[in-house]
Parts: sequence; structure tokens; C-alpha cells
Amino acid sequence: MSIDKNQVKKVAKLSRISLDDTKLESLSKDLASILNFVEQLNELDTKKTEPLTSIVDKTLEPRADKINDGKIKNEILKNSPDKNEDFFIVPKVIE
Amino acid sequence: MSDFNKSSLSEIVNLIKSKKVSSLEVTNHFIKNVEKSKKLNSFITTCFEESVKNAKQFDSKKNFDGLLSGVPLAVKDLFCTKNVKTTAGSKILENFTPTYESTVTRNLWSEGAILLGKLNCDEFAMGSSNETSYFGNTINPVGKDLVPGGSSGGSASALAANLTPATIGTDTGGSIRQPASFTGTVGLKPTYGLCSRWGIVAFASSLDQAGPMTKNVEDCALLLEAMSGHDEKDSTSINKKNEKYSKNLNEKIKGLKIGIPKEYRIENMPKEIDSLWKKGIDILKNSGAKIVDVSLPHTKYALPTYYIVAPAEASSNLARYDGVKYGYRSKKGKNLIEMYENTRGEGFGDEVKRRIFIGTYVLSSGYYDAYYLKAQKVRRLIKNDFDKCFKNVDAILTPSTPSSAFKIGEKTNDPISMYLNDIFTVPVNLAGIPAISIPAGQDEKGYPLGLQLITKALDEQKVLNIAFAMEKSIDFKQSLNRWWE
Repeated sequence: MSIDKNQVKKVAKLSRISLDDTKLESLSKDLASILNFVEQLNELDTKKTEPLTSIVDKTLEPRADKINDGKIKNEILKNSPDKNEDFFIVPKVIE
Repeated sequence: MSDFNKSSLSEIVNLIKSKKVSSLEVTNHFIKNVEKSKKLNSFITTCFEESVKNAKQFDSKKNFDGLLSGVPLAVKDLFCTKNVKTTAGSKILENFTPTYESTVTRNLWSEGAILLGKLNCDEFAMGSSNETSYFGNTINPVGKDLVPGGSSGGSASALAANLTPATIGTDTGGSIRQPASFTGTVGLKPTYGLCSRWGIVAFASSLDQAGPMTKNVEDCALLLEAMSGHDEKDSTSINKKNEKYSKNLNEKIKGLKIGIPKEYRIENMPKEIDSLWKKGIDILKNSGAKIVDVSLPHTKYALPTYYIVAPAEASSNLARYDGVKYGYRSKKGKNLIEMYENTRGEGFGDEVKRRIFIGTYVLSSGYYDAYYLKAQKVRRLIKNDFDKCFKNVDAILTPSTPSSAFKIGEKTNDPISMYLNDIFTVPVNLAGIPAISIPAGQDEKGYPLGLQLITKALDEQKVLNIAFAMEKSIDFKQSLNRWWE
């Protein structure tokens, strides 16, 4: 299956990644060749196969419902590119 | 001062434990090596002041019981290290300094090891040549124009050049074993869940696994013992008693059944790889192992499955890089959405973007069943192949890679030809089982080549023992003239 420039633009939008129009051509080509490669899987009949959703053969273990951290506000904010004392700051979302 | 370049990790640990040398002497030696080896570009960050301080502190301690007593170690820059910059080879994390320590590195430090610095890798571990790193190519000490493999390329390069006595990497589709093979070193990908993923920058969570990279199999057993263990912070961590891999290491492999999978004999495989494989088979036969032909019929579908599953998981995992909580933020954009788009557009490199796009595409409405669900089903078939096979054999022997190290720039224009590097390593990640690559010979250019041993889940001791026995017979020697100094 091929993937056209409009589809690439849509995927970029969904991925929240800005895309330079000059790169559209080569990117569509790359993505098409990767999709073409993975489509080999269609040779296989998997109608009766269950999908493998976890490679670890275990059920999640519940833990005691106790607070085991907290009070690390400063550590959490430390790496933010824009913050004040208590909050992450983002560009205005409400006019 | 002793020449620690010839010493293994285990030897250095013993020297320090018996107080023949101090941790500070060893640490200074490796710092000096690193400072002389800038040409290799294997380090992204060094923290020598801290290393020296920690070494001195170690020497003044009374307790030298740790498995890695006083040994300086550099680690892949994908492990979060408290107060030491962690970039994952990406511009988007260029200035990220974690406020916490990954479980695996914390395990190393609690066994007495000392952090030397952080090693270059492909951006978010996405690559097979270290060429996708934002911080530039790492060079393979084997040759000036050669890639070290990837994604743990900085780790492999630093290890082969003696800039660290051992190191750790991560392996999502071959990222430990392929660079080990390209640099003449040993690399092990453990069973999924044996080493905690907590605090490791995530790529594809159902495939990622940390593991040791070392000069020999004995070191590999020791380092695995130190880094593995149950961690309640990782819900996929296996809850079992820690094993004494180094103490229980032995070369008794007589009577073991080793499978040779015919599907790994791929078209156009270089003759040298084939003869290396034959050499491995002969060595095992001579050690008393029984060689059996086996079949893993879905092998050829492993790579296509991987290139759906891994990007799908990556596209979800990398959604966290939004320029808000940590990492790079673009100055461009009129509103929140545009800020996100520009941050990610400027912060991620081309290969990472490609994989996020593929992942987003295969998970998007209308394509999920055809791609992602299909891949999960084929993943089951691949795992079933191994399960069936291990009912009859103890281990499987294959080449580690379809070629030796290639030249920088040789494969950057064609993603598929780059992906094909991982053809022998990827099936193991999909099945969640352990595999080791050991150096087994050189091609006609003198570049190292590796052989891979695979066992069923949690059979690390067996895979190490077989590798240990083979290592003795192979007697691999690599002399590098330290041209980069």
C-alpha cells in the first residue's frame, strides 16, 4: 500500500510533529517502503491466532494502598522549560 | 600503575577487593583513557569530579563486599542518573537532568560501582549504527570509518577501546548484541522482566530490556548478577530470587542439545558468516554437545512484526515529550498545539520522526486491525516457534549479525537496509527470551564477527555456561593499536 502526501500530513498532525513541506516527498517514499515491507505479514493466515499482548506470564500484583512518595513538587518542576512556584506554564489556551 | 587495559572487570574487582590497587587508581586510569579518546565520540557526558570523589570515598570504606567493589563504569545515556544529565541521544532531552536514579544503575552503585559518564547512543535507541544520535557519530575502535553498531554503540565503542572496564546497554531489537558483535565484545540481552525498566528512557516497552556488555563471559555473568533483580516499581519485573550467575558459571555442556535453525541461513549470506557458524557448531560438538537441526518457520516475519510493534509502542511512549514538564521547548507557535508541534518537530531527529509516524499510522483508526493487531498475532506465532523448539533443545546457535561492521554513511539513505541488520537479533526480543553474542572470529578485513546463543526464558545460567565453554575454545583475540589516542 502506498501512502500519499496528504496521509503523511494527517499522520504528522496526529503525532503533533510540525513538518516541513520540502520533506514531504522523501518522507512519503520512506514510509511507503516501510509499510510495503511490513505488509509481508499478510502472507500469513492468522484467523485462529490470539494476539500476544503481554510477553510476561504474570498477573499484575496489587500493592498496599499507601502513599510512598510525595512532597517532591520542586523536583517535579525542576526540569520544566517554563514554570512558576507551583505550576507548569504553557501558552494561553483560553482566549 | 598497572595496565588495566588488559584486565577484565572481574580481575579489577579482585585487585580492589584484595587491596592491591585502590579504586582511585583504577578510576584515574580510565579517566585518562577517556580524555585521550575524544576522537571516538563515545561519551556524551562525563562526571569525573564526582567519580574521583566517589572513588576516594570508596577507598576509605571498610566494606569491600560488593560485587563491583570500587569499579568505575560508564553507562548508556538511556539510564536516568540522579543529578547527571541524561539525553537518550536526543536534542529534546539535551538539558534533562533526572532527579532520580534508574533501578538498574542504582543496583550497580549499591554493589560498589562508580559512575564514570554517559555513553552515546542512537536517538531514543532507534538505530543500528549510532548515526541517529544528536551528539554525532560514535566511531568503532576497530576502524576509523566504521560504525560501532547500535543503538548501544557508545557503550560498545567505549568498552572495546578500554574507556570503561564493562558497561550496560539496552536491547529492544538487537541494540546490545549487534554492537557487541561489531566491536569484538560480549553482550547479553536478558529475559524480558529480569532487569527493571524503571528509570530507563522508554522506547518500546514490551521489548526493551537492559543488559551487560563486557570483555568476556565471566564479566557478563558478574554484571548481570549485579544489575538484575525484582523491582516493584516495574510491573513487568519478574519476582524471583536473585541468581549467582558468576559463582555458578561453568563450562560443562556435555550432553546439551543445541539447535541450528535452518531459517537463519538467509539468502546472500556472506560466506564468512556461514563458515563462522560452522566453526561454532564444530566447537560445540567437540565440547560434547549434541547438534540438532531445528526449524523456526516464522523467522522471516520477525522484522516486519517488529517494525509495527516497536514504532507503535514508541509513538505512545514518546507522546510525553511535549515541551511542558521537561525537555526542549520551541519558542515558535501561537498556541499550545503549535508549541507542541514545533517542539517535537525541532526536538526529534529524522529516524525518530519516521518511527513515530509509522507507529501513529498503524495505530490509527481504520489501520489498527490490519497492522497492529496482525503484528501481535504474528508475534504469538514467533513465540510459539521458540516454545516448540525449546521442548527439544537446550539452546539455539545462530550468527549475531548478517555482516561485520559497515562504514559510516553506508546505510543511512535506506531505512530498510539499516533495519535488516537486526534480522538475527529481533526474534528474541519478540519472544522475550535471553540471548548472548560472543566474539567468534574475524572476517577477511579483520573486523570482528559474533555468534549468538539463545535459550528459553530465565535460562541465563545455561546461556552463559555454553558461551563460557565456547569462549575457551574460540580464544578470540583482538589487538587494537589505539590509533585514536
